[in-house]
Amino acid sequence: MKQIFQRPKYLKDAVFHYCPGCGHSIIHRLVAEVIEELDIAEKTIGVPPAGCAVLAYDYFDLDMCEAPHGRGAAVATGVKRALPDRIVFSYQGDGDIAAIGTAETIHAANRGENITIIFVNNSCYGMTGGQMAPTTILGQNSSTTPGGRDSLRDGTPIDLSEMLAITKGSVYIERTSVNSPKNIRKTKKAIKKAFKIQMAGLGFSLIEVLSPCPTNWKLSPVDACKWIDETIVKTYPMKVIKDEAGNID
Amino acid sequence: MSEKQLMRGSQVIAEAAIRAGCRFYAGYPITPQNEMTEYMANAMAELSDGTFIQAESEIAAINMVLGASTAGVRSMTSSSSPGLSLKQEGISFLAASELPAVIVNTMRGGPGLGNIAPSQGDYFQATRGGGHGDYRSIVLAPASGQEQADLTRKAFEYADKYRTPVLILVDGMMGQMMEPVIFPDPIDALDLPPKPWILDGAKGRPSRIIKSLILNTREMEDHNWKLARKYENIAREITTAESYLTEDANMVVIAYGTAARIAKGAIKRVREMGLKVGLFRPITLYPFPSKELLEMSRVVKHFLVFEMNTGQMIEDVRLSLEGRSTIHFYGRPGGIISTPDEISKEISSIYYRQHLEEE
Repeated sequence: MKQIFQRPKYLKDAVFHYCPGCGHSIIHRLVAEVIEELDIAEKTIGVPPAGCAVLAYDYFDLDMCEAPHGRGAAVATGVKRALPDRIVFSYQGDGDIAAIGTAETIHAANRGENITIIFVNNSCYGMTGGQMAPTTILGQNSSTTPGGRDSLRDGTPIDLSEMLAITKGSVYIERTSVNSPKNIRKTKKAIKKAFKIQMAGLGFSLIEVLSPCPTNWKLSPVDACKWIDETIVKTYPMKVIKDEAGNID
Repeated sequence: MSEKQLMRGSQVIAEAAIRAGCRFYAGYPITPQNEMTEYMANAMAELSDGTFIQAESEIAAINMVLGASTAGVRSMTSSSSPGLSLKQEGISFLAASELPAVIVNTMRGGPGLGNIAPSQGDYFQATRGGGHGDYRSIVLAPASGQEQADLTRKAFEYADKYRTPVLILVDGMMGQMMEPVIFPDPIDALDLPPKPWILDGAKGRPSRIIKSLILNTREMEDHNWKLARKYENIAREITTAESYLTEDANMVVIAYGTAARIAKGAIKRVREMGLKVGLFRPITLYPFPSKELLEMSRVVKHFLVFEMNTGQMIEDVRLSLEGRSTIHFYGRPGGIISTPDEISKEISSIYYRQHLEEE
């Protein structure tokens, strides 16, 4: 019998702790598949965040270095500058990267650090129980925005990827999702391109992945995927935000 | 050994770091220690394997150091008091993850923005861990240009040996003062012992994790005790202090860094007046030389703690002496630099009030 589906080589034989319907497990798989396909595992160092993916090092079978909350880009910078021929990626959630780690992220992009960031946007603080994130969309309910996010009271959702695209040092920034098979394929393609850009030494790349959070959105997994298409994309459209690398194959 | 050179303290530490094989430096501008950052920028630019990053913040700088340290490179950052407050998050993570790093604090007047004058107001912050959680950092307090060179070399050795952050605690006076220095020979970074724990890509070996999150309470407790045992070993192995004219002394001044230099001058004066006064100078502030002090208290019944703050090291002195001697205190916070004359008056005033001349 031909095996057509298996655990990627660089995911450990461990059961994900993620909630049913969460996008992290899919995104982990995509990153692991890309690393396998590019044959870079032996020279890759990953930097997981504080947040839902804090235990990413229990899943990726790669050298992994924990970063303090929000400091992924700074830690990745240190690793990459110390070992310029290695491949370094950070894996960060929206609270981690777009609130407490905004400065580190913008300046890493602006310096054109040759690193790759996987930015998982589920529009809330998932691990701490669904508080408002900088990416929470207007009207969205969260445990700290009674009645939904109100721009006068809570500010408006931040366009971090668009902000990073303005910096001269960023090369490739794309926003994708994992809410459908088609979008999962697109996300994998984008992640692969981001790693290739780093391998070519071209500079800063970031893939923002819109990821369902059924638990905190209080939706079924299927409805959470629908909600991305129907609502979240109005604030965060899926698109290539910046591409200065072109076709690098 | 190098030729004798006349150099500013801040630059001495930078040059000594380069010679110790430091190949990664990240820092943020802050007075009064910018000469150190500038020196590192130029020195790293001369090296094919050196990295200098002017970070966007103190927090970014310490976290870049954390990243470079996981990759096995001897790494350093430096700042002054307000900057050290910001770095505490990273220092706690370094200690927890058992990562080596050297952090220089050129202390200035505080709290808050304070001023840029020499101070010793960060003793508590440095010696009590500083950041959150149950940890300590090794704290070295040089008192001369030469000692800044020598202790910087040691700082990197201790950081690697014990896999823990090491603080070098100086002030603007130490940093700005120019003194002749002979540097130890440079170390080739490639000659340093290999670190079998680094992250450089899992090639031909199982993948590794460097982290501080330990959710299991039993395992966290084990980790805390492991760190505590490490600090006990450190105390046994590296505790250092200088005793100056203490053999016949019936009163001893306790001071470190710049304050110790001033106290030494004062002691020379009161010795000329026939007062039997010595100096005890802790060189490691953590671990604190408690045993040495306790031993001294068998004969010396009066100690004067002199600090450039309102009284911080005095708590370690009290803990060390366990009530066996009388402890006096003289402090000048806020960036005031006492003169040896001022200290000698304080010494002689206590000396005669306590009738020590009759002993």
